[in-house]
Amino acid sequence: MTHIGIVGAGQAGAALAAKLRALNFDGQISLIGEETAPPYQRPPLSKKYMSGDMALERLYLRPESFYAEQGFDLRTGCRVSGLDAATRTLVLENGDSLTCDAIALCTGAPPIRLPAAIGGDLGGVYVMRTLADADAMAPEFVAGRHVLIVGGGYIGLEAAAVAASKGLKVTLVEMAPRILARVASAETADYFRALHEGHGVEILESTGLSGLTGTDGRVTAATLSDGRQIEVDFVIAGIGVRPATELAETAGLVLENGIAVDGFGETSAAGIFAAGDCASFPYGTGRLRLESVPNAIDHAEAVAASIMGQGVPYVPRPWFWSDQYDVKLQIAGLNTGFDTVIRRPGDKPGSQSHWYFAGDRLLSVDALNDPRAYMTGKRLIEAGNSPLRDAVADPETPLKSLPLATGLAA
Amino acid sequence: MIKITFTTADGAEITTEANPGLTLMEAARDANVPGILAECGGACSCSTCHVYIDPEWVDRLPPKEEQEADLLDFAWEADETRSRLSCQITLTEEDDGLRVEVPAQQG
Ligand SMILES: Cc1cc2nc3c(=O)[nH]c(=O)nc-3n(C[C@H](O)[C@H](O)[C@H](O)COP(=O)(O)OP(=O)(O)OC[C@H]3O[C@@H](n4cnc5c(N)ncnc54)[C@H](O)[C@@H]3O)c2cc1C
Ligand code: FES
Repeated sequence: MTHIGIVGAGQAGAALAAKLRALNFDGQISLIGEETAPPYQRPPLSKKYMSGDMALERLYLRPESFYAEQGFDLRTGCRVSGLDAATRTLVLENGDSLTCDAIALCTGAPPIRLPAAIGGDLGGVYVMRTLADADAMAPEFVAGRHVLIVGGGYIGLEAAAVAASKGLKVTLVEMAPRILARVASAETADYFRALHEGHGVEILESTGLSGLTGTDGRVTAATLSDGRQIEVDFVIAGIGVRPATELAETAGLVLENGIAVDGFGETSAAGIFAAGDCASFPYGTGRLRLESVPNAIDHAEAVAASIMGQGVPYVPRPWFWSDQYDVKLQIAGLNTGFDTVIRRPGDKPGSQSHWYFAGDRLLSVDALNDPRAYMTGKRLIEAGNSPLRDAVADPETPLKSLPLATGLAA
Repeated sequence: MIKITFTTADGAEITTEANPGLTLMEAARDANVPGILAECGGACSCSTCHVYIDPEWVDRLPPKEEQEADLLDFAWEADETRSRLSCQITLTEEDDGLRVEVPAQQG
């Protein structure tokens, strides 16, 4: 093994490269990314970087000197346009081609754009994925202006929080009957709806965007699905992502909710791996694809070990966070399949947590300004333990001594 | 520039120079110190940047705020006095010579 190629210099690509070196791989590592910036963190883009509270250098995952020190062949501003799976060859947009012993696809999941047919290509309409996206919309954040946010997921809500905190007028539309419909319980959605409305954000649920219109190629108004017309200064679409599978597709790799990999992160082609937002891996009786930093790092590190012949099947330890106003949300576990949510008041004013159960089994915890509940939930879930639901509901039972349910099927 | 020494779980010492204004976590990351994961990138949300401060230095650093203390209360093998989340410590000129230990595991 002398040359490993990594496509995508994002969170997963950077972690994979660093882990290969940590595992004493001393051959060549080509880390090829389409964006011009060296690998950086995305979460602050809709949080502290967007609000202007975090300088650019702090966004970078590593100082720029790191890549040379580690002997990486880091190529930024360089798109990989072709992949030949049989010969493990990458074709770069600039015409170069690299034949590697192993290739890892860490191409991420770019955002879905509003269709041009409804005005999605007008000026002043943004998506939120890259540093370039964040920098392009930064000058729009001027107090008094009106922003329309399309989509009530975490990114849309975080953008709404930054905009409202900066004195913008914010309208958020969500097509589903409630915000966070895809990712959280009604209890958590209620909490965030009240939080945002308290900061003056107008949240319209069961309301879609019918069309955007503008003058001189720039958006000025939006028509909503209820027929309402509103004047807007700019628009941010946070309507979801699609895993970047083009390269995998042209190479004939098996796709299933992203690039399908086995437990070791290997795709249907020998020696070609995938990790992070673009990849779905075996989970229970099906497959799972996660969109989060912890998964990008852990999955990439697991793939690095596989490439070095030291792999073990990947077991995710899902967690997530979101910062909105002065509220810190921390999520442990995955709530898919829950049937009950138990609300537990926290030890401090304003703190609380929502515990998701399927029957007696604890699946996940949403902790709202309640790090103790988050840490407790994470420990329990990772150990496969479930606390008794009545004990969770009773704030008099300390978190450190929650009695456990026994006899649950594994 | 100030000097900081990290002792990793296997006993190796890494001494690095860092600019005041960075956090201790950022100094560790920039020096490629193994064992500090910092998954949330300094948002005080993950507790995977846990370190033990040298006893001589504990009182010279600003005290923990509530969120940090709460996360540490449940961190893996936390020490009541010496444990800190390195992303919550902003380095100053006074921290020249700071010594910290990295735990064997983060959570
Ligand atoms: C605004 C925002 C806020 C977020 N907040 C959080 C949060 O609070 N917590 C959390 O856990 N997660 C958060 N996430 C999600 C998290 O950032 C992603 O899950 C993570 O970045 C995934 O890492 P990745 O390496 O798989 O993909 P990415 O980081 O997206 O990297 C993929 C890279 O591959 C490049 N690429 C794609 N195709 C090619 C090609 N053909 N040639 C060359 N390069 C290519 C892309 O340009 C991109 O740079 C947030 C994401 C966004 C956008
Ligand atoms: S980096 Fe996550 S808490 Fe310090």
